[in-house]
Amino acid sequence: MATRTRYAPDRGLTVRMTVTMFLLGLVFVAFVAAIIGALIAAHQSAAFIVVIALVFGGGSAFISLFYSDKIALAAAGAREVSPQEMPKLHGIVDRLCALADMDKPRVALAPTSMPNAFATGRNSKNSVLCVTEGLLNSRLGLSDEELEGVLAHELSHVAHKDVQVMTIASLLAIVAGLLVRFAFYSELFGGGRRNNNQNALPIIAIIMVVSVVVYAISFLLIRVLSRYRELAADRSGALLTGQPSALASALTKVSNGMSGIPTQDLRTAEPMNAFYFAPAMKLQRGGGRPDGGGRSLSAIFSTHPSLEKRIEQLAKIQAQLNDVSPGAKGLK
Amino acid sequence: MGFLDVLLGRTKPVQPKLDDLFALPSAAIQLQAATGFTPTGSGSVCFRAVEGKTFADIQKEVRELLDLDNSKPGGGGLPVEVTKDSYGFTWLISNHMSDEVDTLVTDLHAVNSALVDNGFGPQLLCTMVAFADENHRRMALVYLYKRGTFYPFAPVNEGRQQRDNALELQVKGVLSEDLKIEPELNRWMALWGAPGL
Repeated sequence: MATRTRYAPDRGLTVRMTVTMFLLGLVFVAFVAAIIGALIAAHQSAAFIVVIALVFGGGSAFISLFYSDKIALAAAGAREVSPQEMPKLHGIVDRLCALADMDKPRVALAPTSMPNAFATGRNSKNSVLCVTEGLLNSRLGLSDEELEGVLAHELSHVAHKDVQVMTIASLLAIVAGLLVRFAFYSELFGGGRRNNNQNALPIIAIIMVVSVVVYAISFLLIRVLSRYRELAADRSGALLTGQPSALASALTKVSNGMSGIPTQDLRTAEPMNAFYFAPAMKLQRGGGRPDGGGRSLSAIFSTHPSLEKRIEQLAKIQAQLNDVSPGAKGLK
Repeated sequence: MGFLDVLLGRTKPVQPKLDDLFALPSAAIQLQAATGFTPTGSGSVCFRAVEGKTFADIQKEVRELLDLDNSKPGGGGLPVEVTKDSYGFTWLISNHMSDEVDTLVTDLHAVNSALVDNGFGPQLLCTMVAFADENHRRMALVYLYKRGTFYPFAPVNEGRQQRDNALELQVKGVLSEDLKIEPELNRWMALWGAPGL
């Protein structure tokens, strides 16, 4: 392209995300190979379990993807709001969608005091953007520009098709998890056939062990991928509005606003944690300080990158946008 | 967005389409003939300012350029106004006489080019040219940069946020030959409180 751009992609992030997805794919291939290898020597009972797990896992993933907007809205107790009810919110979304040239998602409001937002849906035509009442609450003190940053982050999730990508990425973990369960049950209840099938038992045990390992590895990889997708959404959101600092300060406010929230809210929020603007569920950290002990462990399992990492990235974007001669650096 | 972009979680910022804006002068004539709406001479460019000094400098340059243009003998227009709306978007308003849609479009294009040349093309939101008829009804033609399409916006009651949809659809019918009208009605974004309207 001949036009100069200030919006160069982040190579480092791209490489890390590619490696993560490659590893996920690798685990998938190894998993399939191990299962096929086990089945070659196996009997119908073992093959039956695998097929059932695939059908159930695939089916549930497909349903949760297809109805993701309805499921998420119902889980959050949210309702759709019209432009007449919330003109400001709709106005901001309108403008962001026009800037990004994307379809406008439906806008919903969740009656939750926890300040947060999420976007979901199987495609851009059927997506919904939901904010909580806590996010709009004047006690949180989010300015219009900060609110715009939050919405731009969520719209970037829609543009990146994160719901679809994460559903496909977690398919493997779902199937592996189901296999562990089925293999366990079949070992419990399959005792009667033990005399007929001498080989079935060890093979089911092998499938179970492999599935446990695959589940653990893919679980961690999915969390890594989720954190990279969050950084990517932050990045696209900040570039869309041109206000990385507003997004950074919104992140700080929302993270702080989340700390003093009753546990009941957190529990209802758990299933949708991965799609939230900021994580509602956090592993308990040692002490009250955010930089206290036990950080490395919570960082591995977290669906969101740490606040410091996200703010650091936004500071870099700020510098990039202010580059006087963008062509030289941006295209390198 | 390509498959790779989805996989890697990135969006290419959308570059604006500028050329279709030049269809406006002939459309204005057609509009006047069919509905009696005449240009008020006011037009504006709306964009999202980027934080920091670089963008502020470019904005200042553009403004000086247009002001200089207007102060020339025969330029005839009023100086350019800059306002920020309640959504944080910046509007550059150029006020020309009502018979000078050509000059108006040239001015608007100068703003667009300055932003695009400095790498801020994706920040352009829309451009708006105001019209009014003898009964003082107001209407604007809005150009969406990212789509390269126009749509009419006719506010009736700003406070209750009502639009004259009948008039808007009438204008759509009249101009469908001359302008690329945005086919998706849900992209006909309401611009309440837009300056210059």
